[in-house]
Amino acid sequence: MEDRAVFRSRWMPYALVAPQIAVTLIFFFWPAAQALYQSVLQQDPFGTRTEFIWFDNFKALFADPLYLASFRVTAVFSALIAVIGLSLALLLAVFADRIVRGAHVYKTLLISPYAVAAAVAGVLWLFLLSPSIGVLALALRRLGVDWNYFLNGGQALTLIIVAAVWKQISYNFLFFLAGLQSIPKSLIEAAAIDGAGPFRRFWTIVFPMLSPTTFFLLVVNVVYAFFDTFAIVDATTQGGPSQATEILVFKVYQDGVQSLDLGGSAAQSVILMLIVIVLTVVQFRYVERKVQY
Amino acid sequence: MIERRPGLAIVRHVVLVAGVCTVMFPIYVAFVASTLSLDQVLAVPMQLWPGDRLIENYSAVLAHGSERGSSAPVGRMMFNSLVMALAIAIGKISISIISAFAIVYFRFPLRKTFFWMIFVTLMLPVEVRIFPTYKVASDLGLIDTYAGLTLPLIASATATFLFRQFFMTIPSELAEAARIDGAGPLRFFWDIVLPLSRTNIAALFVIMFIYGWNQYLWPLLVTTQESMYTTVIGIKRMITGGDAATEWNLVMATAMLAMLPPVLVVILMQRWFVKGLVDSEK
Repeated sequence: MEDRAVFRSRWMPYALVAPQIAVTLIFFFWPAAQALYQSVLQQDPFGTRTEFIWFDNFKALFADPLYLASFRVTAVFSALIAVIGLSLALLLAVFADRIVRGAHVYKTLLISPYAVAAAVAGVLWLFLLSPSIGVLALALRRLGVDWNYFLNGGQALTLIIVAAVWKQISYNFLFFLAGLQSIPKSLIEAAAIDGAGPFRRFWTIVFPMLSPTTFFLLVVNVVYAFFDTFAIVDATTQGGPSQATEILVFKVYQDGVQSLDLGGSAAQSVILMLIVIVLTVVQFRYVERKVQY
Repeated sequence: MIERRPGLAIVRHVVLVAGVCTVMFPIYVAFVASTLSLDQVLAVPMQLWPGDRLIENYSAVLAHGSERGSSAPVGRMMFNSLVMALAIAIGKISISIISAFAIVYFRFPLRKTFFWMIFVTLMLPVEVRIFPTYKVASDLGLIDTYAGLTLPLIASATATFLFRQFFMTIPSELAEAARIDGAGPLRFFWDIVLPLSRTNIAALFVIMFIYGWNQYLWPLLVTTQESMYTTVIGIKRMITGGDAATEWNLVMATAMLAMLPPVLVVILMQRWFVKGLVDSEK
């Protein structure tokens, strides 16, 4: 990046970055600053009275059992999405790796959920699992499961996890497949000559060599579970029954846009921003290392 | 092939077929439901082979939506989604490619600052600054406009990085030769950089088109009139609560319509899609 600059102009570079910087300032920095500012204020819903209250909004949040419950739900939700999503995708990728005939067909079909909007994915599973008419709900009931996610919080959480994993599986699959295909064949052949069977080869060679991909996908999946699943929750359970599926992003929206608790919602936004910043830093530090290898 | 294990090959296909069937099942059921009458959908158990109402259901939603839920025509929503997806994809690519060009080919004060400002947007997704962003959009009079649907989403750190990364692989001799031949920066950009970036542009276009088409939270906030709804949020408005009240056959027809364009883009442009996905995460 050193001796590249070849063109000189006093105004042109500014004109070229101007559109991007303008959008960034108006729609990213200014609102983010507003969120920071509001998070230390208390305002009544009509905006008639505003008071500066330092960190009381944050203190109130961490004393609020509903917020802590939302944190717990989000943690369980993202852990399950990451673990289930990665395992299934890895399984499919390992089996798809060596297939010659029909590989393209499998791949095409497996990546199509990526193109489906999260909200639509939610609606598809809502339909399959709807207690009164869902095809899968009926099958579950025949198996003796008393399926009704309107009443059962655990089942509601299951519904959104299934929809979220389904949508993300294509992404994980593609990255695992690329990771598998970059493992040198000679290593696997050497192990095979030494008499290691397919399972042994997977656990001692393939899986350890995939660890950078796995780690990267873990971070991406957690980010996905934290933020991109808003649409799934809003289109299906809307946080219910009784906050069982109220993940953090959904609560920000609920408290800010629906209940107009601006200070509390802004404080939650700030906490979410901190979480994204940590996750982004983790991801980039790791990517930096990968580049040096 | 490392060793011949015919049994293993069969297991591979069995696992993959099972995986593909599971993954495709929700889409198949949605398709079947979209070809049935409402009574057939509400029958328990619902039949799992297509019915004969395909044309009726689809023309009904395209023309006037669902009778009991939101009655906005889905045809209009498809148009809104298309405008939004195209404007976001083209907007992101255009403003990113020129800012990356400025950052790589010029030296100017504040260059690093601009670069970091763009980088930081990665850490500020709409979801974490919902209300203030909405407030800015409404202060600027962007509610229920196409500009409001697209402008706040067109800053792109990933696209800027990708182009910057790619420009740095273009040999600097090319730029020097162009300068010696008397070409200015814009001429160089137009005649050399842009044609060289074609594959990157195609790859990013696929990713950004899907991103734009599938947006949910932002259109939900920024549109209040049915005529500005996008397809993805339109579906939710058709679900009225209560299974008997919702016209599921029409909801599923709308869901199929909402899936069709992005899925087609992914399948038809698969090569660029995979490249775009892998590159944009580097």
